[in-house]
Amino acid sequence: METKVVTLHINGRTHQIALPPNRTLLQTLRDLGYTDVKNGCEKGDCGACAVLLNGKPVNSCLVLAWQADGAEIVTNGGLGDQAHPHVIQEAFADAGAIQCGYCTPGMIVSTKALLDRNPHPTDEEIREAISGNLCRCTGYVKIVEAIKLAAERMAAAKEGR
Amino acid sequence: MLPEFELLMPRTLSEALEMLTQAREGVAPIAGGTNLVVDMRGGRHRPSVLVNVAGLEELRGIRRENGHVVIGATTTVAELLEEPLIAEAAPVLWSAARVFANPLVRNRATVGGNLADASPAADTAPPLLVLDAEVQLTSKEGSRWVPLDEFFLGVRQTLRQPDELLTAIRFPVPPSGAVGGFYKLGLRKADAISVASVAVVVEVGEDGTCRKARIAMGAVAPRPIRAYEAEKLLEGRVLTPELVAEAAHLCAEATSPIDDIRASAAYRKHVVEVLARRLLSEERR
Repeated sequence: METKVVTLHINGRTHQIALPPNRTLLQTLRDLGYTDVKNGCEKGDCGACAVLLNGKPVNSCLVLAWQADGAEIVTNGGLGDQAHPHVIQEAFADAGAIQCGYCTPGMIVSTKALLDRNPHPTDEEIREAISGNLCRCTGYVKIVEAIKLAAERMAAAKEGR
Repeated sequence: MLPEFELLMPRTLSEALEMLTQAREGVAPIAGGTNLVVDMRGGRHRPSVLVNVAGLEELRGIRRENGHVVIGATTTVAELLEEPLIAEAAPVLWSAARVFANPLVRNRATVGGNLADASPAADTAPPLLVLDAEVQLTSKEGSRWVPLDEFFLGVRQTLRQPDELLTAIRFPVPPSGAVGGFYKLGLRKADAISVASVAVVVEVGEDGTCRKARIAMGAVAPRPIRAYEAEKLLEGRVLTPELVAEAAHLCAEATSPIDDIRASAAYRKHVVEVLARRLLSEERR
């Protein structure tokens, strides 16, 4: 198969990489070392591979890497790291919303997309926003709590409280 | 791991149409890939050439034009939800978009792709059928508009020829008195494949008689279908509970469901009658 040089802007870094057409964005991200993007079902059902693609949360397992040529991609790792965690990441840790952790990066990506467009979501809106992300530990109660905590902290920071 | 294929990346619609003509066998357009990538991974679909139509400017956008709502084929299901014109003019389609797959899939899945894939359970199909939608099929030779009801031939079979691309969907703006609803029965609240779905649009005159009725059903036949007999029964009459019950029964009669992992044929037949009755009762007012 013919390869093509694809440009991806991932978490603020630009990568240029020669890829055959049958590589998904998920495989490409993991091969580049962005292993916070998890490989779950490869069917678009579990959301473990969720990333922000030009600002919108999508399943990277269903995107062909060539289709993402020139795109801005943000993974969970792009939001913050251990030394400087994002408010959402901190809220997930503080609320105990992480059990095995496999769904967490995708949950956080969906949360970021939710809070960007709706800073004060209701419980129903939160559950709806993460309905494409499966937690096999079934720890949804604490995940919903974490998202509410993140929303409160982000609102407080904005108001300078 | 995905099998090998050639991926063509046209920059314009005319380039894409040329590529579809040239490629001949085993060619498939790809947009959101939410069905196609999964089918290729599972070996159910083995195209040798894919033409990427995602991002073609000509296939984007929702607009009002000559009394119609026109939806570009690569409009995503999420975009249906964000566009006020859909919520206002076609709440039945908006309601279906609301329960379509899950939010991540909705950001990629396109309306054109959902129709062209022609799953019997395609959730945009019943609402578009009750809106009297047409699809635009375009090849290098030109364009044709085909009623959606004629477009679906069978399970994953449509009128689209290999050199044609589904480029747009349109439906007449319903009159202000038209009311409708969509109900999808899945095995869970989100990310479910329809066990059965029903869409309804009725226009009731000031004298209380039903001027026009449209009922469509998903996942209860080899293709999304209309309930013609039920529609005929309702038109010209007052929607009494008895008449609605009779029409709902005719809806069930029109189905030919299968047993599968999600439900039995008998259950689908039963539930479609219940859903049709509920939706028609809600619209009775």
